[in-house]
Amino acid sequence: MTLSDFVGLGTTSVGMAVPLLLASLGETIVEKAGVINVGIEGMMLCGAFAGYAVSQLTQNAFIGLAAAVGAGIFLSLVFSLLALYFKANQVVVGTAVNILALGLTGVLFAALAHSTISARPVPSFGIVSIPLVSQLPFIGKCLFSQDLIAYIALLFLPITAFFLDKTIIGLRLRACGEYPEAADAAGVNVVRMRMLALIFGGAMAGAAGAHMSIAYTVSFVQGMTNGNGFIALAVVIVGRWKPLGALAAALLFGLANAMQFDLQALGTHIPYQLVLALPYLATLLALTFNNKKFVAAPAMLGAAYERS
Amino acid sequence: MTKVGRSSAFFSVAAAFAGAIGRVIAALVLSAIVSILLIQGVGGNVPLALSSLWDGAFGSPYKLGNTLVASTPLLLTGLGVAIAFRCQMWNIGGEGQFLVGCLACSALAVNCPLTNKLGLPLLMPIILAASAAAGAAWASIAAFLKTWRAVPEVISTIMLNSIAVELLSYLVNGPMERSDHSQPATEMLQPAATLPYLYQLFPKLFAPSPLHVGFIIALVMVGVVYVLIAMTPSGFAMKLVGANMDAARLSGVAVNRVLITSMLWSGALCGLAGGVELTGRVGFIPEGYLPGYGYQAIAVALLGRLSPIGVLLSALFIGALSVGCQNMERTAGIAHEMGLMIQAVALLALLATQWTGWSNVLPELLRRFSANNAAIEHQ
Repeated sequence: MTLSDFVGLGTTSVGMAVPLLLASLGETIVEKAGVINVGIEGMMLCGAFAGYAVSQLTQNAFIGLAAAVGAGIFLSLVFSLLALYFKANQVVVGTAVNILALGLTGVLFAALAHSTISARPVPSFGIVSIPLVSQLPFIGKCLFSQDLIAYIALLFLPITAFFLDKTIIGLRLRACGEYPEAADAAGVNVVRMRMLALIFGGAMAGAAGAHMSIAYTVSFVQGMTNGNGFIALAVVIVGRWKPLGALAAALLFGLANAMQFDLQALGTHIPYQLVLALPYLATLLALTFNNKKFVAAPAMLGAAYERS
Repeated sequence: MTKVGRSSAFFSVAAAFAGAIGRVIAALVLSAIVSILLIQGVGGNVPLALSSLWDGAFGSPYKLGNTLVASTPLLLTGLGVAIAFRCQMWNIGGEGQFLVGCLACSALAVNCPLTNKLGLPLLMPIILAASAAAGAAWASIAAFLKTWRAVPEVISTIMLNSIAVELLSYLVNGPMERSDHSQPATEMLQPAATLPYLYQLFPKLFAPSPLHVGFIIALVMVGVVYVLIAMTPSGFAMKLVGANMDAARLSGVAVNRVLITSMLWSGALCGLAGGVELTGRVGFIPEGYLPGYGYQAIAVALLGRLSPIGVLLSALFIGALSVGCQNMERTAGIAHEMGLMIQAVALLALLATQWTGWSNVLPELLRRFSANNAAIEHQ
């Protein structure tokens, strides 16, 4: 491999890591509040479709991104209503959201493809090179010649880290995930806090979908998120429920995703499927050898909260 | 027990049963309304869409056969998921267990030197048992991690699904690729490893249709699961664990063993679904094979209220829906994904009706409504 190959691999890795980072930052907040959102895959898919369709309809990629965020929020409100207010099992609701997203985007995309709108061009987010730093060798090309959504993802990294660790609301949110009874006794509205966390998670998942359909590539295909939502769940775990950890894990998993093409091109004997399976194996190992001293999973993850 | 007590017990059971049925019906009605609105919204012809849906699923004996064929894998995976859910093992891994079942079945049927010598009646039980065993083995990883290291089965089964997808991709591109390399797929099964059509076996009973013996196997499994959960000590232990895990543990139930048992049954049924689908319908595994029966099984199991008979009915419903929606796509131009949409809305609506709070909220709403009406009349 030459240097330009490595630059290509790095750029692809970062591009594939962006939706993982966006979705997993959202999911980190959601899980810290004590909710597990399996429907993240569906929220990304709806975001991808809404971003693509609305961008094509309005001829404005920013409105497309806003629509993607809106689609993610809409699904997270459905999730909140059922899982938080009606106390239905979060895993079941998440699965239903995933099936709903597959069905809804399938029907709407077919309708879009049959209409005259499908002939229009699709505005998208192009590469924005940041002056000076983008001239740096290797790093400049990988990190500072990305699209706008990638920069937004990076911007949200310190924001979520600061929010979780340094703000009162972040502390209250974490209390909702660790010991909701205590949070409730201290005057925190647990259900509302969890709903706000879910809205943020849905918005981030929607933006992640938009990155896949109107930034990294400009296309929509049925089921195009292709398990990325589930990888985002894995990113949160391997990243130990920390935003910085999520960045590291997202980059690692993005690299694994990007390497499949190079492995095939190089003609090595390592099956590329093994590399693709590594994120999932890493997640299983991370959960299996979860040292009690470093346990980072919120204590009440996945449990509905009912005031007694 | 007095006669009065017995009849009131009968009525309370009947009321609970009617309530359960009523909730499912309410959910289905709601999903029908949402779907009709969506068809209208995308500019479809609603009467044409609905009639083509019905016609596609039930229009002729052949089409009815198609519906039953589509229901078969959903029935098996739905039963599997229901067993796990009954003891609060949230097995989201039906899809992975299904794929592994397919792979094991294909590997054995293609490579076993005895395939052509054994003949169908001897070979079929062996390869179907292998698919069930493979599914159970795949599920056992999650069960083992759950009981040994408290790894949440939700996450581990999702990860195992993705690992199964990559495993399948590796095998159909490598060790199990067909010998003529015409496409990345496994070898087509020999006739001796293909489930016969029912109309071939019983020409007097069945009209020609793709309905295969796998449907009968699935019906038998409904009976097996019914006996397991209603009549065996193991099923009783599962019921205890599902109702209250701590209470079950305190009263001496070996909770971990029950969880592992339920997960093994769950995986075996999902794996068997893979074997039946491969030998009964598809014949080979193409690259990227991911039919989604394992995910839809969750909707099937919950719409069936986790009971074997309920799962049978909901599998028939969702099978009819998916076959009908294929026809709707051809005649009315509405994408067949509509079927997924309908079942997802039905599931969400059912979850909403199960909220215990309705019993407090509904009378309150009715009281306010009637109070409002009275106030209006008073004016």
